[in-house]
Order: sequence, then structure tokens, then C-alpha cells
Amino acid sequence: MIASLALILLAQLLGEVLARGAGVPVPGPVIGMGLMFAFLLLRDSAGLGLSRFLPKPLTDGTLETTARGLLMNLSLLFVPAGVGVVGRLDLLRAQGAKLALVLIVSTALSLLVTVLVFRAVAARVERRRPDGEP
Amino acid sequence: MGGDFSLWVYLAKTPLLWLTVTLTAYVLADRIAAATGRHPIANPVLITVALVGAVLAITGTPYGTYFEGAQFVHFLLGPATVVLAMPLYERRATVLRALAPMLAALAAGSATTLAVVIALARLLDIPQPVLVSLAPKSVTSGVAMGIAEALGGDPTLTAILVILTGIIGAILVTPMMNLLRIRDMRARGFAAGLAAHGIGTARAFQVSEVAGTFAGIAMGLNAFVTAILAPLALHLLF
Repeated sequence: MIASLALILLAQLLGEVLARGAGVPVPGPVIGMGLMFAFLLLRDSAGLGLSRFLPKPLTDGTLETTARGLLMNLSLLFVPAGVGVVGRLDLLRAQGAKLALVLIVSTALSLLVTVLVFRAVAARVERRRPDGEP
Repeated sequence: MGGDFSLWVYLAKTPLLWLTVTLTAYVLADRIAAATGRHPIANPVLITVALVGAVLAITGTPYGTYFEGAQFVHFLLGPATVVLAMPLYERRATVLRALAPMLAALAAGSATTLAVVIALARLLDIPQPVLVSLAPKSVTSGVAMGIAEALGGDPTLTAILVILTGIIGAILVTPMMNLLRIRDMRARGFAAGLAAHGIGTARAFQVSEVAGTFAGIAMGLNAFVTAILAPLALHLLF
């Protein structure tokens, strides 16, 4: 558990250092996600035999369990920022109706265009080689 | 009575109280959401925010005091983003096969969002500083605030618009996709993550792990693309 948390925080920290250092417009945690992905690839590549040198929790599934626990409750993590909205309702009141319209219409269109383009391209690419994914 | 009051004054200032309120409200909200069979309207973020907001209003607690306790939860947003690597890694073969549809949907989705937001805001005569704060609203909050600030917007307003967008997207996505009869969980998840960042991703994980994985990828990619496109779009459409 602690080893897993340490690794997760380390990935985020390195991501933050890379993001700030290189001035890329990507958030540190997103780079951290990439670093964690790379770690998993290296850990599981049989040729390197890296898993022998790693703390046990990083190889026996504890890391995965910790990750799943966080992702299962992703909603909770938005609550503190969300409560900030309640405190700032005055800011929204002036332009409230217009802002609501913009937010609802643009979010709906964004969902619509994304899903339709995804589906159209997927149908085109996968017609020749159908996969098992439903 | 005086003793009770001084206990309250003490507790109201400790992180313990507000952390407890946040977690308890979330457990309650999650029970409510489960009782409705995870109906999209019963969004756990929305219910928890309403509950906590009510407690703060009734007790007259300023947001700053609340956040001192809640920041421990808020902090976990970063680590939660990092561990999106796990489902991504476990399903890397599925993800790799869907590379072409993902990139096409990313380009189309990011561009549409920006164009619609800017065009609608112009049409409705929304003032320029608000418009700039609106532009990055589909992106995860940390990045969106950075984008808005760089373009001369108001980062606080952006944070609010980002959260509202996330809740709207998480509520809309399931009924919309069912109406369109889209059963491809990859496409559904990708759209949720692109349009409604982490809150859409949380909703996608409730529906299916494949959807959640694709939502996480879309969230990360859109943060990158919007950071590049937003300044261009604002420049072009003015």
C-alpha cells in the first residue's frame, strides 16, 4: 500500500517536474500517467527481469488494487472544487441563463460529434478486421 | 450552551470536521445514486455538492475554512489521474486497435467544442473576459485554469464552468447515447471524457471499465489539444 502510494506520487512528481521544466501545456499528472504506463511496461517485460528487484507490493497486485480503489471513487475527488461553485453562485447570476445555454448546448454537441466521428471511423477501419470488442 | 458553542467553534476550524462532512455526504449521495439504479440525474458529485453546500450555508462556514479540511480529498485528483494508467495498460491492445477513431474523434470533438462555445457566446453577447474563461471549459480544471489565465480570462470562473460542464456532461451522456443507440463502450467513454473531463470519466467508470478507460484517455488528450487550439480559435474567431 505505502510502496504503491509512493510510486504513484513519484510518477506525479516527476510529471510535474517535466511539465514545468519543459514548459509543455500538459498537466503534470497526465505526464505522470504516461510515466506510470511506462513503468508497467518495463515491469512486465520478461527480458529485463525487473520485477525481482522491486518491492513486493508493486508486483503482487497491490498497486492495481490501490489504483482501482482510487478510480472507483473518482467522483468524490471533485467535491471540494464543486462546493466552490455553491460559494460563487453570485458570479454566475449576472450571466446565468446565457451561460447555462452555452454550457448545455456546447456539451451536448461535443458529446454528439465525438461519439459519431469515433463510430464512423471505427466502422471504416474495423470492417476489414472485425474485433471481439462489443 | 456556552460549552457546546465553544466546542463548535473549535471543531468548525479543524480539517477533521470538514473532511468528515465531505466523506459522509459522499457516502450518503452514493447510496442515493445506487437507490435510483445509478440514474444519470442522480449524479453523485451533484448530490454531494448540494449536501455539503447546504451544511456550509446553514452553519455560515466560509469556503476557505471548508477547503482546509477538504483539500486532502482534492489533493487525490493528481494521483487519481496517474493511476488512469492502470486500466489503460490492462486494455492497451484494445486501445491500440482504436487509435484511428480516437484521433479522428479527438480532433473533431476538440474543434467543435471550441467553435460552438465561442460562436454561441458571441451570439449571446457574453462579454469578452467571460468568453475567454469559457473557452477551455471541457478540459480538466487544472489545465483549464492555466489556459484561461494565459489568455486573460478569470481562472476562478473557469474552474466553476469546468465543474458545471462536467456535471452536465455526466448527466447527458447516458440518455443521449441510449437515444442514439450507440452500444460501442469505447465511443461512449471517449465522448464522455472529451466533453466532460474527470467527472465524465467517473460516470463512464460507473457504466463500464472499457468506457472509463477510453474516457481517461480522451481527458488527457483533450487537455493537450485544447491548450494548443484555444488561443488559435480565440484569435481566429474574433
